[in-house]
Amino acid sequence: MPCSGTIDHRVILHAFEDGADGVFVAGCMEGDCHFLKGNIRGKKRVQYVKQILDEIGFGSERVEFFNLSAAQGQRFAEIVKEMTERIMQLGPNPLTSNPDGKEGGIA
Amino acid sequence: MIIAQQKPVKDIAAMISDCNKVLFVGCAGCVTVCLAGGEKETEILASSLRIMRKLEHKPIETVTFTATRQCDPEYIVALDNMVQEVDAIVSLACGVGVQYLAERFKDKWVVPALDTKFIGGATEHGVWEEKCGLCGDCVLHLTGGICPIIRCSKSILNGPCGGSQYGKCEISKDVDCAWQLIYDRMTALGKLDKLMEIQPPKDWTKSRDGGPRRAVREDVMIG
Repeated sequence: MPCSGTIDHRVILHAFEDGADGVFVAGCMEGDCHFLKGNIRGKKRVQYVKQILDEIGFGSERVEFFNLSAAQGQRFAEIVKEMTERIMQLGPNPLTSNPDGKEGGIA
Repeated sequence: MIIAQQKPVKDIAAMISDCNKVLFVGCAGCVTVCLAGGEKETEILASSLRIMRKLEHKPIETVTFTATRQCDPEYIVALDNMVQEVDAIVSLACGVGVQYLAERFKDKWVVPALDTKFIGGATEHGVWEEKCGLCGDCVLHLTGGICPIIRCSKSILNGPCGGSQYGKCEISKDVDCAWQLIYDRMTALGKLDKLMEIQPPKDWTKSRDGGPRRAVREDVMIG
């Protein structure tokens, strides 16, 4: 989706149900939202999903929200690397790591 | 509107732990407005429970539906076919909706996903406050539009009590003294003298004292 302000709790949960090993949402810098507060609202929704994932035993570490601008290519690369390393440490999505499960990925 | 909040997911999961296929029914009425049991919350809960059960190696199949209102029989008729193949129904309505489903689908295990809290409204996005005590005999015309039944912690009708300090209730510095609010508003309206009028004792038979209440409009009844 093109704007972090449009992120929906269900999209993140469904990504995990579909086998994603990790999800990161990249929003614009705080104060720079074209829609004023879209990125802040998106971040709050990600926080809410984290609470749910902890509550149901899935763990909240597999989803994260980052703020960066479209001009920060190097920062984007750093975040991708950081998130990839985190997911590699956590291992495959537990919903798909059963013997007959399919491979996951990063959404 | 009725304000409700979702129970912990683990509590809901425990209610349906022995079920393999479950119908989750949201309500497009009050609980949609207070973000507790609308279409979105229904799908989030169903997804959460699918993930939880899969982690426990006891996968669950879910069906979701959001009724226009669960407190009207005509809107839950649409569920008749859906309930045939499920082991249980999780209602994301207030306590009224849960009871309507349990009454219609007598052979199904119907459980509540929400705790019904109170009658109130939003003070800002994401914050709701109790405003009406459902006493059945409204006195707001006597109290400047501020309900002493529910907004006074003691439901005092001739307040304030001795616990009123600097406009706040003794139970918490975050709770306004309803009678201070009433006094201030009646003063602003120039109707302070109204508070001096002797009122007869409140008729509590119109409240819960007489058991479950019923309202009838014969002119709109069919048949």
